[in-house]
Order: sequence, then structure tokens, then C-alpha cells
Amino acid sequence: MKRLIACLLATLSIAAYAAGVGAPLDKFPKERVTDLAALQNGAKLFVNYCLNCHGATAMRYNRMTDIGLTEDQIKKNLLFASEKVGETMKAAIDPKQAREWFGSNPPDLSVVARSRAGNGGSGADYLYSYLRGFYRDDTKATGWDNLFFPSVAMPHVLWELQGQQRAVFVERADAHDPTKTAHVFSGFEPITAGTMSARDYDNAVADLVAFLQWMGEPAQNQRVRIGVWVMLFLAVFTVIAWRLNAAYWKDVK
Amino acid sequence: MAELKEAPAGASMAVKLTTWVDNRFPSAFQAYRDHMSEYYTPKNFNFWYFFGSLAMLVLVIQIVTGIFLTMHYKPDAAQAFASVEYIMREVPGGWLIRYMHSTGASAFFIVVYLHMYRGLIYGSYRKPRELVWIFGCAIFLCLMGEAFFGYLLPWGQMSYWGAQVIVNLFAAVPFIGEDLALLIRGDYVVGDATLNRFFAFHVIAVPLALLGLVVAHIFALHDVGSNNPDGVEIKAKKDARGIPLDGIPFHPYYSVHDTLGVAVFLLVFCAIMFFAPELGGYFLEYNNFIPADPLKTPAHIAPVWYFTPFYTMLRATTDQMTAVLSLIILLSTAWSVLNVRMAAFVKLVLVGAAVVVIALLGGLKAVFGLVGVSLPAYWLLTGFDAKFWGVVLMGGAVIILFFLPWLDNSPAKSIRYRPGWHKLVLAIFVVSFLILGYQGTQPAAPSGSMLERISQVCTLIYFGFFLLMPWWSRMGTFKPVPDRVTFEAH
Repeated sequence: MKRLIACLLATLSIAAYAAGVGAPLDKFPKERVTDLAALQNGAKLFVNYCLNCHGATAMRYNRMTDIGLTEDQIKKNLLFASEKVGETMKAAIDPKQAREWFGSNPPDLSVVARSRAGNGGSGADYLYSYLRGFYRDDTKATGWDNLFFPSVAMPHVLWELQGQQRAVFVERADAHDPTKTAHVFSGFEPITAGTMSARDYDNAVADLVAFLQWMGEPAQNQRVRIGVWVMLFLAVFTVIAWRLNAAYWKDVK
Repeated sequence: MAELKEAPAGASMAVKLTTWVDNRFPSAFQAYRDHMSEYYTPKNFNFWYFFGSLAMLVLVIQIVTGIFLTMHYKPDAAQAFASVEYIMREVPGGWLIRYMHSTGASAFFIVVYLHMYRGLIYGSYRKPRELVWIFGCAIFLCLMGEAFFGYLLPWGQMSYWGAQVIVNLFAAVPFIGEDLALLIRGDYVVGDATLNRFFAFHVIAVPLALLGLVVAHIFALHDVGSNNPDGVEIKAKKDARGIPLDGIPFHPYYSVHDTLGVAVFLLVFCAIMFFAPELGGYFLEYNNFIPADPLKTPAHIAPVWYFTPFYTMLRATTDQMTAVLSLIILLSTAWSVLNVRMAAFVKLVLVGAAVVVIALLGGLKAVFGLVGVSLPAYWLLTGFDAKFWGVVLMGGAVIILFFLPWLDNSPAKSIRYRPGWHKLVLAIFVVSFLILGYQGTQPAAPSGSMLERISQVCTLIYFGFFLLMPWWSRMGTFKPVPDRVTFEAH
């Protein structure tokens, strides 16, 4: 029995080691998902920077009334001239051209925050790290690479805001095999400054990721709110069922 | 025709109406008595006896939510993924219905696994409940089919590639495999035709079979009566009216008892559904939020958690594993020919069968491999592919459950009165099953690695537990089984 437990633990620890490859993800500030101002700022960034190439075809513009915007505000600030407020978010780019320019179609972002979870963090953690992880690499076709998505086809769309940075790697002895050295990331170094300070940029990306996270499941905040009431009801119901059961079973000898 | 009953003069409307229906549909009243008010149930049920009624509850949840999902879902390769998101966003309350259904799928397996474990520890499959158990195993098989067909419907990457992998398993069947896989898919790859037929199986074919089997399971149970944690037959001791001394009417005693079980179950179910519907990628896999792409194979294809023990058995079946299986068959045949008394003809048939199975397992190939000779690639010499045997083991792991009533020779039904080390055997079996389950969620273990060996040992433990049961189950010192159930009033 002890041996079996030891084996089980060995299985777990080896698997845990195998999963921990690459730079660790930064933590997305979760509380932003319920912060309406952050979500609205994220929506603005999303429409201005992402929606040119990426669509969000499951998402209607007027669903943004859920994050405190009126249909008028959405129409005036977030719509292209030809679109109606009840339409879904389609990419401005022609998919054929996108394929020619980037080698692949930019994926739909409706549920991107949900699909990117599980790689050492939540989907939001991944996106928060990814959007801050671009660095200059002139060997790539776009001139950019990403620490969290090596050889990504997407260039750094937000570079004017963040500025340019380079990634510093060091060669370090491999802990498991002394004959090998590992190529390890040690940090970013700024090359040119952007229009935002580093802190403002992190804030802007956090807002954008909050919007992506909310868009992945627009009902999520409502789900949690209803869930609390359901749990309270069930707690009361459990007590009643418990006492009812006791009342009946006191006859059983 | 029988005489019509008369409601007493001046009876209330309710009594008159009941009498009216009773005269025209007496079997409804008889069914109520047979299954509820006069179904005498052992009074010593414990925690483990909640899961039968909970399985019924989850079945109802799945059917009702399923009906509403079908109203908005589109079984079309071009629209399926988007229609699920449509349900999540545009259909009022759609997200709730969808999460109930997705959480319900996993909850079904949790509840059913615990229900089966209950049967295992208290010997609920023993005479006269063999058919109850067999219907239950058939329900489990249907449930696996139902889950497999249903998992394709959201048309995400895991849906698609999971189905691709499982359907390709059928292609490993010798001679007819390719045609069989084609017949299942309806196409050369998983596609629109596959989605349509899986939808048909998921929403009508399998549920119909499932409901019929559930009815058979419950009718058979109510005919022979429930087992209990002591494994005592309560019908052996009856009072003057013919009612078991240790029996209490199912309704109201167990209907209120199960209501408490339902309340606690719903607390857990709703906590997951409202606060963690993906449950860390186990209930809803993250990759399934990427639409199916036939051109992009995901790096790591994992089935949903409830299939993983069986999936690991499949992956554990390598050439070394089939060689070990050949050796086991060789030794056990030799042992039974030498030690068991039987007719020479029977011995001859046994040896012949063993030789054929060993040859098909690749036993010859293994022997020649040891001396460094490789055989020409002809199936009569090299046997079938290890992948095929993996499929056989995976299927066999479920089929073997059907035979459990005839494998167990223990004099006591309940684990309570069996030797202490039987509990240890059971614990080893459960731990192996859990290890197999965990390994199935992880990327495939490298060939020849420690992890692969662990999965192979666990697979052998799983089958050994059942195949050696006729011997180990009657060994040891058994405790005396009481005449009446042990019960302390609450």
C-alpha cells in the first residue's frame, strides 16, 4: 500500500515537472473582470486594435450594454460606420489577404480567453503575459517574436503604446544533464520608449484582457451572482430535508 | 371484468376521482404499491446507497436539459460550434441549461462509479441479483456510448480529435477494421456525416436503450429486493403479514432519506456549475473552445476524465505487454492442464485455443525477438498489431464486469464479513484504477519508461483482480454473517 502511494506520488511529481517548461505566466489582476470602467476601456482597445484583423463572431456589439454602455455610446464610439448595433463583431480584414500577409487566418477571439487556459495559468493569465511578451527579433518575417508563443504570426500591434523591447537569454547549465546548457530567458530590455509608461501599458493590457475574459462568457458575472442565491437556497433546503428525514426516521427502531 | 368499486356515500371529490381512476387504470395503483409504498427496503442503508437515486436524478437532468439544448443546437459541421456559443449568449438562460448538461455528464459518471463501487463492496451482484447487475453493466456501457457520441457535438478541437482517435481504434480490428471505421464515420475522416449520425445516436438511439435498461434494472431490483451493507437477505425473516422484519416501506422512509441526499448532491453540483463549470479543464476541456480544425492536430489529445482509465489500458498495450500476456496465458494453460482434472479432449481444445491466442498476440514474434530473429510480416506468424489488443483490453475491461456474479466465490456477500486482507485487495484495485485514470489525462508516457511500466502493472492488477477472483475470494477466515441486519436507531 505504501509503495503504491509512493508510485502514485512519483507519477504526479514527474508529470508536474514535465508541465513546467517555458517562462512562467504573469498573473492577470482578476478583479478587473467585474470593474466596468476597466471593461469599457478594454472594449475600446479591442475595437481599435484587435478587431481590424480578428473577429469575435459570437459577440454582438449591443451585448456591451452589459458592461454599462448605452446603445448610443456603442454606436458613436465603437462601431464602424456601416455596421448596426445588433450585428456581431466581424474582422475588417479580408480573410484571403490575411492569409497572404500572415500565413494564417487570425483566429476568432470570441472564446479565446477560455481556450488558452491550462498552460500554467488561466486563459487570462496567458493573454496578459502574451500581450506583454512581444520582443524584437529581426530573423522573423514580421520583425517580432513572442516569449509565450514562439514564432507567432502576429506582429506586435500595440508596439506604439509599449515601445520596443528585446529579450535577454542566458546559457545556463542544465540541472539534469551537465553536458547540456539550457537557453533560459532572463528578462526584457527596452529599446525605444512607447507612448505609455510601463505601468500604464500593463494597466491597458489588463483592461483589454479583462474585456477578452468577459467576452469569452458574457454571462459569467451573472452566473456567479445567481449561484450565490442558489447556494443559499440549497443550504436552507438541506436543513429542512435533514430535519424532515429525522422526523420520519424516529419511528424506525 | 372485475366489479367496479364504489366510493362511499358522501366521499370527497378527491376520493371519488381516485376511485374513478382506480376502476379504469388499476395497474398505476399497483405500480405505486410495488415500487413505493409497499416496496420493503432494508432499514440499514448507509451513505453508499444514495447514488442509485442520484443517478436517476442526473438522468432526468440530462434528458430535460438535453431537450432544450436540441431546440437551439445545429448538428452541422459548419454551424455546430457557433450554435453552442449562440446557446451560451443569445438563448435566454441558455448558459445555465448548457452548464447543467455539461456538469451533468461528469456528475453522471461520478455517481455511477460510486454506485458500482457500492455493489462491489457489498456483493450486490450476487445471487439472486445477477440480472440487476447485468442490466446495470449494460447501462454503464450505454452511458459510455452516450457520452462519447455527445462529446463530438460541440465540434471543438477535442471533440473532433477525440472522435477521430476513438473511431480509428476500430480500424485496428483485423481484416474488417478499415471498413468498420468507414461505416461508423460515414466518411474517410470525421466530418459532417459523422456529426449528424452521432447526433442521432446521442439524442434518440442511446437514450431510448438507456431508459429501457433503467426500467429493467429497477424492476429486476424490486422483484428480488435490495441488498444492504450487511449482505443479509431481509426476506428470510418475515413477520405474520409477510413483511420483512428488517424492511421499511420505500415511501416515505427512503423518499425523504433520498431527498436529503439530493439536497447535499445539488449543493456540490451547483457549486461546480455556478463557480467552476470547467472544473479546471476536467469537465470542459480548454482545447474544446477552439473550433474543430481537421488540418491541425492538437499536441495532446486527452479523452474526458471518465474514459481515462480505459484509455490508459489501451496505451499500455505495447509489444512488451502482449508478450507478457502471452506468457501469462502459457503459464495458466500449462498449470490447468497439469493440475485440473478434465477429459483429454478438453485439454486438447484448451491447449489448441491457447496456442492460437498466443500466436495472435504475437507470442512467436516475442520468442524469436529474444534470439534476435525477425519474422516475415505475415499476420499468422507475427500476430495482430498490439493496438488491436489494446482495443480488446479496453473493451474487455468493461465486458469483464458482466461476469462478476460468477467470479466471486466468497461465502459472505458484504466486505464487512470478509477477511481483512480482502479490503486490502480491493484498495489496491481502486488505487490502480485511479492511477490509470490519472495517467490517461497526461501525455503518453515515453516508451519503456517507468510511467509506462506503472500503467502496465495497473492494467494487469485491474484484470487480475477479476480473473483471479474465483480463487482469492474464497480464501481467508470469514466472520460469521448475522441473521438480521445491524441497525442503530437514529
